[in-house]
Amino acid sequence: MASVPVYAQPFGVAQAQRLLWRAGFGPKAGDARALAAKGLDGAVDSLLSPPAYVATGPDPTDRGFPIAPADAAGHDHLWWLDRMVRGNQPLVERMTLIWHDWFATSQQKVASQSLMLNQNQTLRTGALGSFQDLLLNLTKDPAMLLWLDGVKNTNRAPNENYGREMMELFTLGWSNGYTETDVREQARSLTGWRANAALSPSPSNFYFDVRLHDTGTKTVFGQSGNYDWQGACTLCLQHPNHPAYFVQKLWSYFVPTAPDAATQAGLVALYANGYQVAPVVRAILRHPDLYDGARMVKQPVVYTAGLMRALGRGVDGMIWTQLDTQSGQRLFWPPDVSGWDMSRWLDTATFRARWFLAANALASVPVDQTASSSKPAALLARATHLFADQPLSAKTRHALLSFAAAALKSAQPAVVEGALRQLVAVSPDLLTA
Amino acid sequence: MSCYDCNRTELLRKAVAEAGRGLPAIEPGMPIPAGTGLSRRSFLLRSSGLAFAVFGGSAFLSPPAVEAAIESATPGRILVSVFLSGGADTLSVLFPAGDPLYHQFRPVLGLDPTGATALAEDTRLYWHPSTASLATLHAEGKVTVLPAVGYDHPDKSHFTSRHYWEVGATDPHLRTGWLGRYLDTVNQPDNPLQGLSLDTGLQPSLATASAPVAALDSPDNYAFSDSRVANFPLEAQMLKAAGALGSAHAAGSDPALQQAGNAAKQSLHLHTQLGSFSTFNSKVTYPTSSDPFPHRLAGLAAMIQAGLPLHCVSITAPGHYDTHAGQVQPLSSGLKLTSDSLLAFQRDLEQRGLADRVLVHVWSEFGRRAQENGSQGTDHGAAGVGFLIGSRVAGGMIGQYPGLKTGLDSQGNLVPTADFRGVYSALIAQWLGGDPNRVIPNASAFAQPALLK
Repeated sequence: MASVPVYAQPFGVAQAQRLLWRAGFGPKAGDARALAAKGLDGAVDSLLSPPAYVATGPDPTDRGFPIAPADAAGHDHLWWLDRMVRGNQPLVERMTLIWHDWFATSQQKVASQSLMLNQNQTLRTGALGSFQDLLLNLTKDPAMLLWLDGVKNTNRAPNENYGREMMELFTLGWSNGYTETDVREQARSLTGWRANAALSPSPSNFYFDVRLHDTGTKTVFGQSGNYDWQGACTLCLQHPNHPAYFVQKLWSYFVPTAPDAATQAGLVALYANGYQVAPVVRAILRHPDLYDGARMVKQPVVYTAGLMRALGRGVDGMIWTQLDTQSGQRLFWPPDVSGWDMSRWLDTATFRARWFLAANALASVPVDQTASSSKPAALLARATHLFADQPLSAKTRHALLSFAAAALKSAQPAVVEGALRQLVAVSPDLLTA
Repeated sequence: MSCYDCNRTELLRKAVAEAGRGLPAIEPGMPIPAGTGLSRRSFLLRSSGLAFAVFGGSAFLSPPAVEAAIESATPGRILVSVFLSGGADTLSVLFPAGDPLYHQFRPVLGLDPTGATALAEDTRLYWHPSTASLATLHAEGKVTVLPAVGYDHPDKSHFTSRHYWEVGATDPHLRTGWLGRYLDTVNQPDNPLQGLSLDTGLQPSLATASAPVAALDSPDNYAFSDSRVANFPLEAQMLKAAGALGSAHAAGSDPALQQAGNAAKQSLHLHTQLGSFSTFNSKVTYPTSSDPFPHRLAGLAAMIQAGLPLHCVSITAPGHYDTHAGQVQPLSSGLKLTSDSLLAFQRDLEQRGLADRVLVHVWSEFGRRAQENGSQGTDHGAAGVGFLIGSRVAGGMIGQYPGLKTGLDSQGNLVPTADFRGVYSALIAQWLGGDPNRVIPNASAFAQPALLK
């Protein structure tokens, strides 16, 4: 069996910081040092097997009141962002975010925050379990049934929306071993789900009605049988192209460059042994490419949660939903069923939104006027320390020291320190990890 | 070249000549550009980021780049790409009530031609009632209709087909957009406004290899101070520092740092270019909507009049066109707001005397299946509907309506009668004045329709 390479260099604070950004939402003060002390395997395993969920810090609020995630528009975003900020299971939360992008479902059409939150819990419960369970659970998930018209798909009137996307996006990849006829036949297998529209959109009002299921023989991927929705899922999972697609897609959330052939083969071998997610994630998190390779632009919510964690502040109003939306990522509202485009987060519009995110995060942490220094290097050190000591490149240090030296000629040190904090927060160094 | 062009070029030259010597004095005899409603000084400040950046002694500009940019920055033509996301239903937008098979394919969704406007060029086709505004413009000869535009071997995936349209080729691996590649050939190195997404983020069709481009959510607000968040007393210096920091990383080798660096660098450029463009007035009334589309179009008309150096612009139309189920209402509301806004935009351009400079291209990633499904909706199809709008377009049709009897492929989808790559090539050659062979792969393989009057 092919084995996956393992990072063999020293696992220090810098490596622990990168791991916390890729597998979570960045370090709080002291987190990276504590994680580094566990060594690579200890660190990865601690993320994979977290303690019971505990949230530390102030509860989320909007205008001073508790939030209502199932009911108030935008509070759904605040609710999840808060888990990212305060929770003690960063990898579980990060995997939930990955599955939200993978099985991207939007409130835009579902129109029920409670069904969206219900799906979110399904993703979280199965975050590091079996992909087979995830696929089956999502195929019958009420929000998904509404989103991709599963409840409109009947034996009399097949609707191919879900059947297409389950192959193109969820299990096989575009044009990767299926035909247009397979799309139509899968749609027939998936018929029979209903929603009782007269009742409230609670999960109990979704059910399988055998009278609306097409019981005829379907031919999919060259195999024939009387498949139903579970059969449709199994056919996708057993498709010879599924494991490679699965591991490549999962890898792409953690590492920006493609895995080499040996790595890919090793990951496929880990996965094919029972569709378990955790062994694949574990191998990716121990891989040399994660630590030695290129940087990734932080997703907006990862960036926001990371700022809050470093600054030790909480979620306190709809401004966070607004600014993450402006940055290109409103949770529960992915742009379409293919999820967010992770390769193009930053442009002139979204850079400006990140500027506002940083400014708003920093507003609650006033500069200590008495401790501020008149030396550029000391000011920059204080500004950097605020963000859990994430390292700055020489280029960035050079530009910021010149800025500070010039600014100190006309402005008070505390004002310059406030400006430096903002510039550090929106530097290319902190927009990426 | 019009007088306006001469004036503007002269002003820009003047601006360069004054570089390093502070703001130019207002000299007697320098004409104020017609129709801008600006004082000469504010025109100079607003009209060109180049001028403004030069006055600011920007380290990003080298004199030859400035000269080259000014040569090509004379008010030229602007292409506006409007995307109907999701695959708009061709057989509803221009519904073929005169095709004897129409109601067989659309027993529930079939529209009634009573009271609808027939298309003069092919009276089998009728304008969807919600596109009455487009019918109005068409009657004035300002709309060219593409009743079945697409490509051979159509892909039914939204994302793949949309990608093909965005990159201008049936190539899943191409990473630059067709407008982006065009801009790379005429690149003004310090002008992100040459490729502008009036959107929350950059549209992939504008993705370039090297030319700077911009995304702007709201045309009248690119301030870095905001009533919602704390502002910085040193904001101006900070933006400069953020831009300098961005430039340093944009030149590096790590792609993520490059992306972040470019975003910061171009944000500063854009902020400088937009200068005091913070409010605008329209004499034309645009539709009122919570969707930003009409406001963006109104802002676009004002930006063009202010002399901002725009060239290729992309905007996403309102509406959800992936109508697998219950399509009647969402299709109607999306089409109506889109069409009414485009009519207001055309009237606004006409009122401002800019209509000869702007061409709008409306497109969608595909059409929908001829046979309606049982959910009062339609599944993914092939050939889609498109429009070219503007005072200079030739009118008439590009391609024909292929008919339901012989014009469907083996999967029951309309076959294309015009190739989108031929349309793109024609837009580049005839409207933008570029060389399609440098932009569209294998461009010569696609017939280029005549687009202009």
